Order: sequence, then structure tokens, then C-alpha cells
Amino acid sequence: MNYFHSVRLDRDKCKGCVNCIKQCPVEAIRVRHGKAEIMEDRCIDCGECIRACPNYAKYVERDHIDDLNHFAYTIALPAPSLYGQFPDHIGPGRVLAAIKELGFDDVWEVALGAEIVSQAVGEYFKSNRQIRPLISSACPAVVRLVQVRFPALVDHIIPLESPMHVTAELARQAAVAKTGIDPNKIGIFFFSPCPAKVTAVKSPVGGSRSPVDRVLAVADVYGDLLHNLRQERPDLARADKTGIAWGSSGGEQAASGIGNSLIVDGIHNVLSVLEEIELGRLADIDFIEAQACPGGCIGGILNVTNRFVAKVQLQHLVRDLPPERPLAERLQQLGVDKIQVPQIVVEPRPIVHLDRDLKKAMQKLQQANELEEQLPGLDCGSCGAPTCRALAEDIVVGKAVETDCIFVLRERIMDLALGTYNLARTVPPAMDKRKAGMKEERDAAKRIDPDSGT
Amino acid sequence: MTSTNSYDLSLPVKGRCFVTAGQAASKIKRTLETFNLPPKLVRCAAICAYEAEMNIVTHACRGQVGLRVTEKAIRIVAEDEGPGIQDVDLAMKEGYSTASQEIREMGFGAGMGLPNIKRCADELIIDTYPNKGTRVEIIIHLQTNGG
Repeated sequence: MNYFHSVRLDRDKCKGCVNCIKQCPVEAIRVRHGKAEIMEDRCIDCGECIRACPNYAKYVERDHIDDLNHFAYTIALPAPSLYGQFPDHIGPGRVLAAIKELGFDDVWEVALGAEIVSQAVGEYFKSNRQIRPLISSACPAVVRLVQVRFPALVDHIIPLESPMHVTAELARQAAVAKTGIDPNKIGIFFFSPCPAKVTAVKSPVGGSRSPVDRVLAVADVYGDLLHNLRQERPDLARADKTGIAWGSSGGEQAASGIGNSLIVDGIHNVLSVLEEIELGRLADIDFIEAQACPGGCIGGILNVTNRFVAKVQLQHLVRDLPPERPLAERLQQLGVDKIQVPQIVVEPRPIVHLDRDLKKAMQKLQQANELEEQLPGLDCGSCGAPTCRALAEDIVVGKAVETDCIFVLRERIMDLALGTYNLARTVPPAMDKRKAGMKEERDAAKRIDPDSGT
Repeated sequence: MTSTNSYDLSLPVKGRCFVTAGQAASKIKRTLETFNLPPKLVRCAAICAYEAEMNIVTHACRGQVGLRVTEKAIRIVAEDEGPGIQDVDLAMKEGYSTASQEIREMGFGAGMGLPNIKRCADELIIDTYPNKGTRVEIIIHLQTNGG
């Protein structure tokens, strides 16, 4: 499968423990040969395994700021959650100036794209009344989760490009208009809070090419940003509070203006809400804001600040910003008239379970049920699968064997040991020195009953 | 029992028990997911199973939901020991419900159960006996030709 994953395994650091396999919301990890291998067709790049790993063996593949040299003109795209990484008296003007000092020619806040997308979401909501609830496409890990685990719900996803992509297009056009430079020589660098957005750039939903050229981790540039927080450049701030509030859970819903909504964050919580929708519930709700990270993007694993602190800092920043100027007015100042947010195609990518052939799949499920009954049901993970059920299914598709279970193995060894013992106790008649006529007693003494162990 | 040509499952449902409510439907959904059937049909079946199960939970004392999958169809049968349905035509109307106020306040008994099933199912057969129980049979075709 030719599909980019940003979440990777550092084999040297992996100790083969079972922490990550237990936390994966799509059961995409198996420990094999002492290493936690990721099943690429299932992984949604949510990064839960990175949170779970005590050995820092799971990491996010991303670009490096040295790549600035590859481009004639460079633009930084900070995510809204970045402002939450700093104390709230450090406003957008100082953060943006610090970003520019990293060596960028310009900086565009993704929060501006968020405002544009929010309006488009509101319009989409009004003109598409057939499907409820509609699910936001803002979190790429949630979109992948729906594609993989809830393929029947892809129609519920609002098929609009992300704020990141919209901002990137806008920034590139503006740079071309301003400098006349070849668009291909412009490098757009997104500052990502999470692995899912790295994947969204490297392997976008729908297969088109992303307008973002490089993705940096907030954590990688954070130290330099702290050193650069000297100047105040309010002129660099283009976004307003509506867009900035997207950085934390609930911000997107507020910006969309759709009142009858449900807000959910944390991938396991998202999973449970999607289960409800799949069972036909929640049809009386209009809009679902769902984010894989706890607390929204501020909880992304590539961010630095404690998410509860980041939440308060972002809240205070938004509260203290001056009143908003209309988006249309600001866009006009930037030389932009009307922006059509491009649509995306979200296709189902269901996991192939057991077998493509229904008859064979039914047989294999039956076998898996029977196998599961033989397993201890402890879900200990020692076999490398997250649950006994998962092991049973792995066995019937030929990816594991029964003796991968240490309890089954132990039983087999016990059987073998008893068999060996019983054999060892047999005595050739010529050497048997016990009295004749006690044959029955002799036979009984030879054997140990495997069931009672006596 | 499950033969080589079908897959069968029978799950008990407790009346008035909202701790276990929905478990049978979830199990049915997970089972169907492993068969790589068209996602839309799996969702239809899941909705039917859920609504049928919730009808037992909200109205009956006890019951069971059964699943049979063959190459031709998904069949879900929900049987209960309960009050039966007084007027089936009325029960098929959207918004009509005999559920108590308490149950409605919990967000159930909105009168959408049977109408939702009807929307999702290819065939729906309801046998009901007052003060005895109800049997709801739902069929979703897997093969479009020859029906």
C-alpha cells in the first residue's frame, strides 16, 4: 500500500513492551520479533502510541527548518494552537515576529484560513440538509478514522479543504502577486501540533497534492521561538479571535455558528460518538466537532506546553484581543475578493477483516470464536496482539499461531512434559523387578493423568 | 447453529436495563464488519438491530436479538416477552410512542424505532400478541438481483 504514515517506530528504542498496542484506537499495532510494528492499512496517524510509549520509540516523521535553503521565498504557517504555547501577555504580534526571525520571508496564520473555512462550513450546513449530523473534516486523524473504521459515515464528513490548505493557497498567491516570484520557488512551511497534519500534507485525503511544502514540529522550533520573542509586529497579524479560538476544542463549533452541535475530543471519545452515529443515533444533532487530541489541537503531541495551561492561555489571549474586524474587510485589504474553499473527496478505506469472500469470512469468524474460548481472556498482550480476540482473529488469517499465547504454550509444555515423564517411567519387562501378578498396579503407577496431574 | 452456509448469533436482551442496552446491536455490528459487506448495508443492519433491541429494552421484560447472515441476506429477528403492540399501523408512524415520560426524558421512546427500521430494511415482518410479546423480523438483501 502506497500511503505515507508520519507515525514511525524507532526500532532501536522499542523494547517490545505492550503499552502502545493497548492504546491504539484501531488496533493497528502488533509486537513482532520484539518490536511494535504498525499495520499501515489501519494506522490513522493519531499519535496515541507516541503518548503511550515510555521509551520514546514512536516518533513523528517531519521536515527540518534547514530546508528553508531549498526555496527562494519562504512563508511560515503557524497553527492556531501555537499561541496557546506562550503566556497570554505574549500576543500574536510578538509570536509572529519571532517566527519571522527564524528566517522566513513572511508568515500567515492558519487561523485566517480557519475563519474562511468556518464561513464555508456554515454555508455547506445550510445548503446540505439531507445528512445529519455533519462531521467536521478539520482533524485529519478523525477523517482517517471514519474512512477506516466507519466507512458508512464518509458522507457525513463536511468535504471542505482544511484551514491549513486554504491558508497555504492564499499565502502563495499573495507572495506571487507581491514579488512576482515563480510559485514553485516559494516554500510554505506549516508548524504542526500533531502527526496527523503531517500526514495530511504528505498524503492528502483524496490524493491531490498539498499546497504545503514542508511540515515542522512546533516542539522543534519552540526553543528558538522563545529566544526570538523580542519584537512586537502587530502588522503581521491577519487573523482574528474567531480563527485563533480554533486551537482549542469548541473553537471551531463557535466559529461555524451552528448552534445545535456536539463537541468531542480525545480519539477514544470520538470513537464512541461515531459508534453512536453509526447506530443511527444523534440524527437530531446538526454538527459534530471532533478532534483526536484531548482538548483539541493544543493537546497535540508536537506541542510543548501542558494542554490545560495552553487552554487557559489561549482563552485569555482570545478574550483580551481587540474587537474583531469583519473577515471580508480584512481579506479585501489583503487583496483577496471571494474565496471558494475547495471540496475534497473522502472515500471509504475499510479494513479488510478475515476474508474478502463472505463464506470464508463466516467460517473464519466461527473459528475465531472457538479459538477465543480457548484463550485465557486476560488481554495481557504478551502475544503481541492487544486482546485475546485480536489474537484469535490474527490466528485465523495466518498472522499468528495459538502458541503465541503464553498460557496456551504453558499448557502444551505441561502436556509434553507429562507425556515425556510417562514415557520415561515405562520399564521393559525384562528389567521390571516388581513381583509378578501385580500387573495392574504396575500400569497404574506408570502413568500420570494429565487432567488431575496425579 | 451456524452451518457452513450461514453465520448465526443469538443475544439475550434485558428489559429496562440501560446498562446493557445496545450491547447486542454493537455485537451484531462488529460481527457484520468482519464480513467485509458493503458499509452502507452494515450500517442499515446496525440501525435495525439497535432500534429492535431498544424496543425490547424500553417496552418488554426480556427478549433476544438473533442474527443470521447468508450469502443472500442479513436477517435480524427480535423476540420479546412484553406487552405487544396495540396498533401496529400507529406504531409505524413517525413520532408515535407509548413509552413513559421517564423513558422519553432519557432520550428514548421518540417514536422513531419502527419507522427507522422500515426505512433501512428490505423486508419487515411484525407478529405481535397483546400481553404476550412481539416478534420483529428484519431482512436486508445482500444480492440485488432476484431479490
